[in-house]
Amino acid sequence: MDNSIPSIPKRIGSIQFGLLSPREIRKMSVTSIITADTYDDDGYPIDMGLMDLRLGVIDPGLRCKTCGGRAGECPGHFGHIELVAPVIHVGFNKTIRKVLRSVCSNCSRLLLEDKKKQAFLEQFAKLEDMTHLPDAVINEVFKEARKTKVCPYCDHEQSEIKFEKPTDYIEDGHKLTATEIRDRFEQIPDEDIKVMGMNPATARPEWMILTVLPVPPVTVRPSITLESGQRSEDDLTHKLVDIIRINQRFQENRDAGAPQLIIEDLWELLQYHVTTFFDNEVSGVPPARHRSGRPLKTLTQRLKGKEGRFRGSLSGKRVNFSARTVVSPDPNLSINEVGVPLAIAKQMTIPVRVFSRNLELMRAYIMRGGEEHPGANYVIRGDGRRIKVTEINKEELAEKLELGWIVERQMQDGDIVLFNRQPSLHKMSIMAHRVKVLPDKTFKLNPAVCPPYNADFDGDEMNMHVLQTEESRAEASILMQVQENILSPRFGGPIIGGIHDHISGMFLLTRNEKHITKNEALELLRKAEIHNLPEPAGYDKDGHPFWTGKQIFSQILPDGLDLEFQANVCNKCDTCKKLDCEYDAYVVIRNGELIKGTIDEKAIGAFKGMILDRITKKYGSAAGAKFIDDVTKLATRGVMKTGLSFGISDEDIPREARLNIDEEIAKAEQDVADLIRAYENKELDPLPGRTLDETIELKIMQTLGKARDRTGAIAGNHLGLENSAVIMAKSGARGSMLNLTQMAACVGQQAVRGERIRRGYAGRTLPHFDKGDLGADAHGFVKSSYKSGLNPTEYFFHSIGGREGLVDTAVRTSQSGYLQRRLVNALQDLEVQYDGSVRETRGVIVQFKYGEDGIDSTKSDYNDPATIHKIVSSVTGKEVE
Amino acid sequence: MTISETTVEGMIKDLPIPHNLKQVLLEDAIKVGVTKKEMEEIIERVMEEYEKSCVEPCEAVGVVSAQSIGEPGTQMTMRTFHYAGVAEINVTLGLPRLIEIVDARKNPSTPMMTVYLDEEISDDRDMATKTGWEIEATHIDHLADVTTDLANMQLVIDLNERSMSKREIDKESIIEKLEENLKVSVAPSKDIPNQIIVTPESPSYRELLQLAKKIKTVTLKGIEGIKRVVIRKEGDEYILYTEGSKLREVLEIDGVNKTRTTTNNIGEIYDVFGIEAARNAIIKEAMDTLREQGLSVDIRHIMLVADIMTCDGEIKQIGRHGISGEKASVFARAAFEVTVNHLLDAGLRGEVDSLNGVSENIIVGQPIKLGTGDVHLVARNPLES
Repeated sequence: MDNSIPSIPKRIGSIQFGLLSPREIRKMSVTSIITADTYDDDGYPIDMGLMDLRLGVIDPGLRCKTCGGRAGECPGHFGHIELVAPVIHVGFNKTIRKVLRSVCSNCSRLLLEDKKKQAFLEQFAKLEDMTHLPDAVINEVFKEARKTKVCPYCDHEQSEIKFEKPTDYIEDGHKLTATEIRDRFEQIPDEDIKVMGMNPATARPEWMILTVLPVPPVTVRPSITLESGQRSEDDLTHKLVDIIRINQRFQENRDAGAPQLIIEDLWELLQYHVTTFFDNEVSGVPPARHRSGRPLKTLTQRLKGKEGRFRGSLSGKRVNFSARTVVSPDPNLSINEVGVPLAIAKQMTIPVRVFSRNLELMRAYIMRGGEEHPGANYVIRGDGRRIKVTEINKEELAEKLELGWIVERQMQDGDIVLFNRQPSLHKMSIMAHRVKVLPDKTFKLNPAVCPPYNADFDGDEMNMHVLQTEESRAEASILMQVQENILSPRFGGPIIGGIHDHISGMFLLTRNEKHITKNEALELLRKAEIHNLPEPAGYDKDGHPFWTGKQIFSQILPDGLDLEFQANVCNKCDTCKKLDCEYDAYVVIRNGELIKGTIDEKAIGAFKGMILDRITKKYGSAAGAKFIDDVTKLATRGVMKTGLSFGISDEDIPREARLNIDEEIAKAEQDVADLIRAYENKELDPLPGRTLDETIELKIMQTLGKARDRTGAIAGNHLGLENSAVIMAKSGARGSMLNLTQMAACVGQQAVRGERIRRGYAGRTLPHFDKGDLGADAHGFVKSSYKSGLNPTEYFFHSIGGREGLVDTAVRTSQSGYLQRRLVNALQDLEVQYDGSVRETRGVIVQFKYGEDGIDSTKSDYNDPATIHKIVSSVTGKEVE
Repeated sequence: MTISETTVEGMIKDLPIPHNLKQVLLEDAIKVGVTKKEMEEIIERVMEEYEKSCVEPCEAVGVVSAQSIGEPGTQMTMRTFHYAGVAEINVTLGLPRLIEIVDARKNPSTPMMTVYLDEEISDDRDMATKTGWEIEATHIDHLADVTTDLANMQLVIDLNERSMSKREIDKESIIEKLEENLKVSVAPSKDIPNQIIVTPESPSYRELLQLAKKIKTVTLKGIEGIKRVVIRKEGDEYILYTEGSKLREVLEIDGVNKTRTTTNNIGEIYDVFGIEAARNAIIKEAMDTLREQGLSVDIRHIMLVADIMTCDGEIKQIGRHGISGEKASVFARAAFEVTVNHLLDAGLRGEVDSLNGVSENIIVGQPIKLGTGDVHLVARNPLES
């Protein structure tokens, strides 16, 4: 076969389902199987045995007797077993029962009047027109027919048919044999079959009862050779052996005229084996077991469930050209890049077809071989042979290289790859990066792309996939590259942006009017490709020029950017003083220059970054990516300039503050005691709709909560704004004031299911508390701070609260995972059409216009009236507002 | 020369942009005072901007929506919290509530109503209380102490005057209600004024105890199923929050504002107001749930989910018993859940899978017809023409 011209792949148009008729089974069978043995003493497959060579081959060296193919080429062929007596197919038990009850036991007509049948047929036609499933109507047919007690065609009276698990049908105390059922079904006319929702051309009801059993090809049930040379057969083969054995015994006994009782027993046994061959988990049937006692995995078990054929092998596929290792951060990479270890780059290849203009280039790759990067690992010749490039043959191969060959060259800088971290919860979990081959053993990525992947560097591993075709590379770089995914379609804002040190770095840099010397300024902007510094903000006493942090930041802003917003540090005053904000929390950017305000999470952070959002939407994704690159580089240098460290001593609070906190807690405890006294004296008024017990709990919780907040405020005041933890919390880099409160002042109330801790001993949480004690200590209020340390009871209560959090997380992941799977499955076929409507595969319109306005959530601030204001004022030259 | 408001209105009336933006455009144009030429330019620019921000055809909006709702699910809490604002009523929030909404459960775990009053009485505390009593189910326990008198084989009900007058219910109506529901003899006591005697049909001990149990379930006033009503003042008006939901019944009560009163039970909204209202209710409930958790999700994604749940005219669940179970493709259904049954049924019916969807094509191993897989380029033969 000529491999140089790839054949045009055929497209499967549709797949028809149906039941196999005995005729069809025999027709497609290559041989009847009569011996239960598999191999003879020489290890050669026995003719008309279960491993017959006509069924396909699995052993290397042998050839299939049907198609002549070798192992791996031959797809396998079906055989068949002639069953001595018919048996029921377990999967159709429900339908067999319904059909039996709905057809006349005498004339086999469906027990409905012609008029009704016609009406049902019309309903089917209508449903098919609407592409709806007919399930409900079919059930209706069976329900109606069952009600008829006398056949309208032959006036035969119908008797109740009882079904007994697993495969027995009893009519008037007499058990119906499979043969009898089959005879009845054979008589059902085609018109009646249609009314029962079946298609007589593809599925006649009697085919639900098997007279011939198809034997799956050997390739479906390959046997494996153990190290000892012993063969271990597949579960299906074991089951088939059982079926053939019983079938044979049945035949012998019947031929010998054995008593009816024995015949019936054997028939039942045959039924059991065929049942478990199809499904080994039928209720009421003991599962067939392997010698070791493990239940066999038969047909149904192969298809079912997460690891089954459908979900495990068909919907999810394994791939080549992928790599996995630990990730670590590298702020000097662009967000569009990924650092790939040299060892991986040498393994991963990209096929390049040789033509006149790259012949020499490809030769050079081959000359470098597999060891020297970037080399080539394989060459595919014009005849399709794959040759490994080795140190020995590389020169020879390079010389022989011809046009039309394919060289599998090693991955190198600039190649586009897909990068992924599980769980892949949204489309930003797989993005395209450009390769940067680096030493070391880990994938490197810019920390700004952590949020979309939800990655951190505590040992997370990520996967990389190398694209093999030009189309896929084009598609990846246009649609999947990181910069195209800066804006998340979830909320239309940036999901890639500064985190942690980027934010605190920018905060430290742009806060206050710092004096930055020329050297420092150049150092800060070194990586940002800024070549000219602006006019200095002023001159020192000794005449040296200086710049401010705001000026430095302005250098990486694009020209013409205008923006005003409140920073994260904003105190949320009642009336915003805007430009005169004393906390420098009102950010004003005019024509690409930061006039006022401090840059923090609200400006450049992932999820919130206003500047990011605006730049990406106004100047395009490339500008957005450049800005993020510049921000990360500037911020890391910014934070290095000032330094930001955090240690246990940063939680130190002065003695007086500690005293204040203790006082505050004592006061709260007093309040709680008062509440309890009022409660005990029945002086407490219940809240509307609450019992007295609930009321006191609520009030105590409130009091203690407030006390904790007050202690936090005291601690916060004493720590001051220069404390690094406070800087981190206020700028939004990491942590919150609550975390700080818990570390420095007071951990606060521990809760289980939103209530104070009450479980434990009868009437008390721990044995050394009084029964019925409602006090703060006895129900999990932790007075200490993390820094001062918890006493044993506090520690215990804290663990209870902590455990709840862990359980919560565990339960939540499984639940939300299932929710996600259901949502994706329900919505995956929806697509926006060229007319703007949203339709599913059948063409059913779900929305006439996507989202009622047809707007993509990431595309612009279109819904924002400001856009219109801007257009109007730019056209007319007059200010709106 | 500026043009008049009507001219501007006429110019922007037929633009395919959202209504609120048309409004903004109109206001701006009037405020600034535009000439015809300027207005034309403005419209052109607005349309240009609009087209730029439209979704592109072939975009797989379904998957994007599903991910946009599913992904924040991992960040949600599992706990039931008190309703924001009304500390007295517990409402399921967070992930369980979101699951409840997409499951289209007939009975949510914490049904709740927000009852608004007619405008004339909305600032009247007394009327609010009165309406509240009309709604809240009153049981005998609220009004009286019930004691079983074993000696005379009867139940003795000692009515509490105060709570009776509070709930505006009199002895006669109590007797009437009890008689109607219990079908036994209920009579006022002869000697003690505020006492009712209930006698079981036959003087058996068992029957007496059963009666004592049953009497507590009789709704004397109000709507059965509404356990509690909480009245709150918000702004200038009183709003009633109820635990338990009976929309149809509540709407029939005088003084209840029929246009604003609502419930968090989507099935009930569907029964009372129809499918369009149910769709909006799904959107509102889902948005509220996500917003309460501090997660921002674009409303379009939720709209899409609500639309696919309701596009057939009835509320369908997201999952096996709804949308996923009714898909046209056998493979898509088999790959989701209950694999084998779908295959067997497909065989019986002789179904044909025309491989239009995503899962089917992945299963048979060919490109999916979505996004870039749905675009076909046909090269023009240079020899023609």
